[in-house]
Amino acid sequence: MAAVTTTTPTSVRPVRRRFSFGRAAAWTVMGLIVLITLLPFYWILRTALSTNAGLNADPTNPLPVDLTTSGFERALGMQSAEEAVTQGGAGGGLDFWRYLLNSVLVSTLITGCQLFFSAMAAYAFSRLRWRGRDTVFGLFLAGMMVPAIFTLLPNFVLIKQLHLVDTLLGIALPTMFMTPFAVFFLRQFFMNIPREVEEAALLDGAGKVKIFFRVVLPMASTPIVTLGVLTYITSWNDYFWPLMVSYSDSSRVLTVALAIFRAQTPATGVDWSGLMAATLIAALPMLVLFACFARRIVSSIGFTGIK
Amino acid sequence: MTIASSSPPSRLPTGGAAEARSKPRTGRIEAGEDRGDGRLAALFIAPALLGFVVFLLWPTLRGIYLSFTRYNLLTPAEWVGLDNYVRMVNDPIFWDSLKVTVEYVVINIGIQTVAALAIAVLLQRLTQSAMLRGIVLTPYLMSNVVAGLVWLWILDTQLGIGNEIISAVGVDRIPFLADETWAIPTIALINVWRHVGYTALLLFAGLQAIPNDMYEAARVDGASEWRMFWRITMPLLRPVLAVVLIMTVIGSFQVFDTVAVTTAGGPANATNVLQYYIYGSAFGRFQFGYASAMSVALLLVLSAITILQYRLTRAGRTDLG
Repeated sequence: MAAVTTTTPTSVRPVRRRFSFGRAAAWTVMGLIVLITLLPFYWILRTALSTNAGLNADPTNPLPVDLTTSGFERALGMQSAEEAVTQGGAGGGLDFWRYLLNSVLVSTLITGCQLFFSAMAAYAFSRLRWRGRDTVFGLFLAGMMVPAIFTLLPNFVLIKQLHLVDTLLGIALPTMFMTPFAVFFLRQFFMNIPREVEEAALLDGAGKVKIFFRVVLPMASTPIVTLGVLTYITSWNDYFWPLMVSYSDSSRVLTVALAIFRAQTPATGVDWSGLMAATLIAALPMLVLFACFARRIVSSIGFTGIK
Repeated sequence: MTIASSSPPSRLPTGGAAEARSKPRTGRIEAGEDRGDGRLAALFIAPALLGFVVFLLWPTLRGIYLSFTRYNLLTPAEWVGLDNYVRMVNDPIFWDSLKVTVEYVVINIGIQTVAALAIAVLLQRLTQSAMLRGIVLTPYLMSNVVAGLVWLWILDTQLGIGNEIISAVGVDRIPFLADETWAIPTIALINVWRHVGYTALLLFAGLQAIPNDMYEAARVDGASEWRMFWRITMPLLRPVLAVVLIMTVIGSFQVFDTVAVTTAGGPANATNVLQYYIYGSAFGRFQFGYASAMSVALLLVLSAITILQYRLTRAGRTDLG
């Protein structure tokens, strides 16, 4: 088997074959999967652009009913309370612009710091020699086994004692410095950088710090970008921790705000049009981010999950 | 920084990186070549180590400690020995929530694994299109909250398009999230929708490691796609599948967000999953000690499952070498 492996690259495009029922069936299944994957996104858009009255009158219309942007206006707090109520929304508006800003700030802070500090640690674990290195790294690896829920309650107690409850910093702090996974992931790449590169830089008089910034980081830019986008998505989508830590508008992020928007059901029934507009506002930035980096992420995702 | 250098100020070789990429990779630095990295290493590792100790190691130890105390955040924790654990064992709601969680995990992981495997194989054998892979991944970009809300709307009993289609076919409307029997399977399926693409891509990466010639050789021998799947794909994918299973099961046990936005544990505790019950005990009733004890129980369950799965599937060994 090993002999066979070496002869051909593995990711060869499958040869195009003639029509067969098996292939037709397989393509049908694939089409169905794509449909199930994407239809909910269209349904969000269609609902967000409808009026609540229209949704009630014509629930099966595949197009927006009474095309309007009032759902978005409600979600973004651009309607007066009376106006919102007549449109089927709740009177107490939520300021989604603010939550959007909070989400951006928290995710950017977490991603930026976590990437930088994890890269520094990964460099120390892979390219520097010091006593106790393998022991400390083993400890980090063991940290990967601890499920998130387990540290949440004690971390909340700690954040409370630090008087950081209801602050953006309190939300960011636990994952700002590192995750064991990020360190592990980057270390794998740093280990593969050839020693000759470092030696050449050393001969040229560069110190280890300079080598880290000028040689190692640029060479690992692809895995760093992939890890960065995944970290951004994860922190953007986090709900449990921000829900624990934030109580007021000052630190509320989009995921938490969405759940509150949903809970503010007016007596007349759920404001589906406003809710779907808010959902779209919360989800759109990640879709755009993904669209920018999709190719890189899709091709390196296997590496992120399994060593 | 700590390395004194006698050579003139640095000048990095231009294009050195690109040139070096083609050379054989050597891995880690050999022993004895760089002495005195200690101080620099300490500096480089300091922030990550601080984060690790303060927000991972210390909370883990503290969580175990808190599970032996009565603690409500306002007064200092009071040592109560095994009280919380005794209470847990005698708490029917705890056992119910454990049962509901297991039910959720079995449905979620069962369907997700089969579906992800099917998608991964289709992506490998049918087409290698990067665009299709991107499409399959899109639900993963949504938060659990968004996924929960969208499906809450689609499955709404009165106006949801899902129920409209069902009733158009002539079946009675199903109150998917308001019915005790349907709620957990529905939540499990919503999370399959969100996660299946990511799992499929992990498996797809594993499939990419299987040499294409093996399929070609099998085809020359007249093997069908079905036979190749069972004789080539499955055996060679097994180690990857095992790792993915361990990861997804651990993730699945921690279901919370979707429950919180769709059913909030109801109807009648039918979706009161363990993590939701822990959250309620801590923040609804301020029983941090009891909540910690249940977290320890969850940690033990997860550790046992991980070890068991690892043993059963022999995840450590790979057939591809």
